[in-house]
Amino acid sequence: MGAYIIRRLLYVIPIVIGVSLLLFLLFNYLGKDPALVMAGKHATPERIAEIRTELGLDRPILVQFGDYLRQVATFDFGRSFSNRQLISDIIWNGMWPSLSLALPAFSMTLMMSITIALMVAYFRGRALDRIIVILCVMGMSIPSLAFILFGQYFLAYKLPEYIGIELFPISGYDMSFPWPYVILPAIIWVSVSLGTDVRFFRTAILDETHQDYVRTARAKGLSEQVVFFKHVLKNSMIPILTYVVIQIPFLIMGTLLLENFFGIPGLGSILIDALNTEDLPVIKAVATISCLFLIAGTLMTDILYSVVDPRVSLK
Amino acid sequence: MSSVRVTTADKVDEEIFTQNVESRSLWKDAIHRIKKDRFAVICFWTIVFYALIAVLVKSGLLVADWQAEVGQSYSPPSFDSFWKLFGTDIFGRSVMSKVIYGAYVAMSVGLVSTLIAVPIGVFFGAVGGYFGGLIDEFVVWFYTTVSSIPSIILLSAIAFVMGKGLLTLYIAIGLTSWVSMARVVRGEFIKHKSREYVIAASGLGASHLSKIFKHILPNVFHQVIIVGTIIFQSAIRYEVILSYLGLGVQGQPSWGIMIDDAKLELSRGVWWQLTGATFAMFALLLAFNIFGDTLRDSLDPKLKQ
Repeated sequence: MGAYIIRRLLYVIPIVIGVSLLLFLLFNYLGKDPALVMAGKHATPERIAEIRTELGLDRPILVQFGDYLRQVATFDFGRSFSNRQLISDIIWNGMWPSLSLALPAFSMTLMMSITIALMVAYFRGRALDRIIVILCVMGMSIPSLAFILFGQYFLAYKLPEYIGIELFPISGYDMSFPWPYVILPAIIWVSVSLGTDVRFFRTAILDETHQDYVRTARAKGLSEQVVFFKHVLKNSMIPILTYVVIQIPFLIMGTLLLENFFGIPGLGSILIDALNTEDLPVIKAVATISCLFLIAGTLMTDILYSVVDPRVSLK
Repeated sequence: MSSVRVTTADKVDEEIFTQNVESRSLWKDAIHRIKKDRFAVICFWTIVFYALIAVLVKSGLLVADWQAEVGQSYSPPSFDSFWKLFGTDIFGRSVMSKVIYGAYVAMSVGLVSTLIAVPIGVFFGAVGGYFGGLIDEFVVWFYTTVSSIPSIILLSAIAFVMGKGLLTLYIAIGLTSWVSMARVVRGEFIKHKSREYVIAASGLGASHLSKIFKHILPNVFHQVIIVGTIIFQSAIRYEVILSYLGLGVQGQPSWGIMIDDAKLELSRGVWWQLTGATFAMFALLLAFNIFGDTLRDSLDPKLKQ
């Protein structure tokens, strides 16, 4: 297993280089000229050339790529075009609001969906199972933006009109006491992802019930409860674990849309603002950071995988 | 004694051969199974209906005049005429005709980006799975790299680079959705390349190209269809998110743009534009989800009972 982990760690290097290359090509080579973006519409050619030198865009492409790799390795992405702030500071400050929403929302979703999935998998084929599966498919078919808009409208605008108290503030996020501001977005997050999650977990659990070892367990006279909770559940944890760990990197991103709608100044909001102001270095930095988190997440999944399932190995 | 046994066996053989057991191919069998599922049939016709609307809009036979004013600004839904069922928008245009026009945008985004993603995914998956070795290493490295970039980031990066518009939507979504296809096709090719029929084809002197396209690909094509339906519907979802990020279509109505508009309208009590677009999208995605599930169940031999 130790050898596997080392080999798996080494495999990260070509992936990080590949991702950096792709992002570099997208932003520095194929994209808009950063100097033109920064200089604005009415810049003179001399000014553009000046910025070009300042940003190092007049150097050979390979040197620029080396420069970008250095940025990736040191997490030093320079300064924002729009407000000259250090990008590493912007990202560091954005991470906590993102986490304050993502962590509670993510754990709530997980607890609820695994509980419901266990329930419906246990009562598979019966009316309860059918109804919940239908509800899941319907939930999956509603666009997430509609969930956010309707949720915000009814719970943050309409509900206070009826009961007279404002339960869910939707602006004025306060980092020192974020809880009132994240309850409603967290509820919406849960309702957006519950359908997909329950359905995935249910399938993962049911896939196991067709395995040979389940038949063996039944044949030797174990009760249905023991078969289900001891044998099936343990084995279905592998796909469930993968699914969960792979989502962790996205927590840092928060959900782009929720943060934007509820005025939470997290990484998602930062990205949307940067897209609107064409703030290239910030877009590039947020993109890079989220890729790195995703790579780390996949790495963690694979290693956990080899811990829970000894059969796993790189070929 | 022995002669008796021979005759019984002969008789049984004869019975088997003379009995007119209809043999069904994978596809015939799948269609047979889907037809039995009434829900799936309804969903299939719903998708066909949307496709028909898309074609009619594209050819200018339907809602060519979606920009025309049919009433006052923001008049609520009424049963006066079909075009007022969903009310009007800020310029007094019929929300119904915008919803119908949106169906064209959604279906074309779904179709074109799927048509971009499928060949890319099939190509990489087939080449990697079939040849193995270094080529496979490269293919796996390549799609792991692409999938290491969160799709929303890659989408907005490509859209940002290419500028706004329908063409951008097609290409950005197409270029980001092929990874799942490559994974599935590669797995299938690895399974199939050592099967007897492929070895037999090699024995007959079939070239690599002929083995990939003539022999293996038809046998894994049902997987391509299944993954294709998933790519199609996620493309429709991405259109909404990209429109919200301001990277969507310009100068044309789309469900994404309508939902995006609704974020300012809702606080004024204008709920119909959001409801219209959401409902149209919900019906299409639901049909896709249910039909896709039935398709997978009836095409996957493992899931058949």
